[in-house]
Amino acid sequence: MSFLQLERVSVGFMRYEGIFRQHELGLLEDLSFGVGRGEIVALIGASGGGKSLLAHAIFGILPRNAVVNGTIRIDGSVLDDTHRNRVRGRRMALVPQSLSHLDPMTRCRKQIGWAGQRAGHPLDRRKTEALLARYGLDERAANAFPHELSGGMARRMMIAIATVGDPDLVVADEPTSGLDTEATGGILRHLRSLADAGKAVLLITHSLAEVLPFADRVAVMRGGRLEAIEPSDRFAGAGETLASPYARALWIALPQNAFTPGGAEC
Amino acid sequence: MTDAALTRPVTGVPVRRNKRIATIAATCAGASGIAVVVVGSLAFGNFGIEPDFSARLLPPSLAHWFGTDQFGHDMFARTIHGLKLSLWVGVVAATLSTLIAVGLAILATTCGRWADILVSFLVDAAMGLPHLVLLILISFALGGGTHAVIVAVAVTHWPRLTRILRAEILQIRHAEFVIASRQFGKSWWYVGQHHFLPHLVPQMLVGLVLLFPHAILHEAGLTFIGFGIEPTKPAIGILLSDSMRYLTAGKWWLGLFPGLSLVLLVLCFDAIGNGLRLLADPRQAQT
Amino acid sequence: MLSAHHLSFRYSPHTPFILEAVDLHLNAGEIVGLTGPSGRGKSTLGRLLAGQMRPSGGRVSINGEKPPAGFSPVQYLHQSPVFATDPRWRISRIIEEAWIPDAAAREDFRVKESWYDRYSHEISGGELQRVALLRALAPETRYLISDEITSMLDPLAQAEIWQALIKRAEQGLGILAISHDHALLQRIASRVITL
Repeated sequence: MSFLQLERVSVGFMRYEGIFRQHELGLLEDLSFGVGRGEIVALIGASGGGKSLLAHAIFGILPRNAVVNGTIRIDGSVLDDTHRNRVRGRRMALVPQSLSHLDPMTRCRKQIGWAGQRAGHPLDRRKTEALLARYGLDERAANAFPHELSGGMARRMMIAIATVGDPDLVVADEPTSGLDTEATGGILRHLRSLADAGKAVLLITHSLAEVLPFADRVAVMRGGRLEAIEPSDRFAGAGETLASPYARALWIALPQNAFTPGGAEC
Repeated sequence: MTDAALTRPVTGVPVRRNKRIATIAATCAGASGIAVVVVGSLAFGNFGIEPDFSARLLPPSLAHWFGTDQFGHDMFARTIHGLKLSLWVGVVAATLSTLIAVGLAILATTCGRWADILVSFLVDAAMGLPHLVLLILISFALGGGTHAVIVAVAVTHWPRLTRILRAEILQIRHAEFVIASRQFGKSWWYVGQHHFLPHLVPQMLVGLVLLFPHAILHEAGLTFIGFGIEPTKPAIGILLSDSMRYLTAGKWWLGLFPGLSLVLLVLCFDAIGNGLRLLADPRQAQT
Repeated sequence: MLSAHHLSFRYSPHTPFILEAVDLHLNAGEIVGLTGPSGRGKSTLGRLLAGQMRPSGGRVSINGEKPPAGFSPVQYLHQSPVFATDPRWRISRIIEEAWIPDAAAREDFRVKESWYDRYSHEISGGELQRVALLRALAPETRYLISDEITSMLDPLAQAEIWQALIKRAEQGLGILAISHDHALLQRIASRVITL
């Protein structure tokens, strides 16, 4: 069994219809897949399709009206509320989507310190510097407020904060959105090196082309369901080896390939 | 739908109960509490205002639910009259306050940088001064009485709402959908009517309702210490300050019931305000 | 032709220039790519061209003349259509704020009439971006500034939107496509400018 194992996980929201009637709006349905140590699994789906909800469900940070069903396992044991509190930040960590997850009024150095304390790995100055250096961040970045960092630096800072406790699972939620090509490459290389160091990495993204060179497997979502899981090297040529017609349609629709929307009907 | 309250067969989080029913029930209860005050006061007419020296200082009983005072006034009727007076002061003062807030917020956001700086300064200044001191000064300067209380409460309660409305207007003004609307050649007048107003009216309504409790409590406080409504009127503040003399004599009902009723009235408005806030923003109202 | 003449922008005289003396020309019926690292002012340039912001220096012209008041012939769209639509409005009102498209125009962007009575958060991001496009491409519109409009969408939705836009360009619409995606710009643009 993989390190992170999802079994028939569904996420929905209770919504009001009119004033009193409530109904459940399903956004993710019946997701089952695993992420093993040493690999990057990229979860691909359209924006607004609820990919981030999966990350939020794993970490237990969904809004109050969310309904989660199914089983999530970490290293074989079921992730319930008590277990989650034990492993969150220590054995699994989230790299959130936007800069707004950093405290705008606190210098980054201090925020890393907090993360270290919460993860049970108090950091001294030397350790902090070593950690930041691993992500190409210097003294100046450490002493900056979050808004003073560029988009790419802020993402690297969030990865540094997430990996303070040396977790076995890293979930990165759209870590490259809004970044230019160079910064995107930097972020993905860092995630790759985490996987190569034996961690399980779940990479949630909407951009297939960007992550293909870095991911081991690609989980393709369509309308809240898992359409296929394909090894990344099958995304080649005209996609003949791809098992799922939908994955092939996505691949062919890329501008570097045929750029045809024709596969939409399959 | 009642099946929303069912627990689910698969392992997972049990479905939460429909919270909206509770909120709306509270809102309705609040509204009916206020209706009781208005209708009751009309029904009582002069009862509770005319003295009845045959029934002085009676403890609570079936005939006099809240007891009677030293002039034989029925305290229940008197409390209802007092609450209605509070309501009246609250309505006028909160409405005036809201009007001031709307005016200043529009001034701050449409009349340039200096107007904005001036309004921000006024807000900070008004929020920085101790509320009660300002209330006493204004009411005293105007010679006391109902009108003075209304003016005093109205001119001290606008800052918070001004700040909220100003922020809201600024946010909408820089919203992409307003920029888009301008690109379609729409005038600021059109944008104001069709984009700003629908966002601001709910904020204003909620702000207005949530101003009520403040206005009512401050009115009662001001009256209690003698700077407010004339002592001849059955205001809650008057009832409470009158009761002080008799509390030591064991006439507990004179203070307890009017005070409790005032708190209940305030809670009614709170419930309505929260209910409105919940319904005004359907996207935040799902939890 | 939509032109930027020595266009500069900064927020105040005390802050550095975000954009300094940029010249750019976009012909009718042409798709030009605009790329470059983050923070170089690509979006600022787009908004200046569309008249959403006033330049600190230089000017924008259409066929040598000042852009007219009223409905702007240069429309700007950015990557998140959710913000470009009033959350309290329904799709029908959102679209018809700009113009009233007929069935053929709706079909170009595959905007379904069944969405008309929904709110903007009740349809998907790709669907809403098509709504925003349909709304912006009124008969008066001559130029479109597309600021990463498909970067948040899946490849199928992206290909679909661009095929429709390429068709519009053939009918005379000038498009400035701002994007980080070199492969996309290679595919759609006749030339690419790096800022």
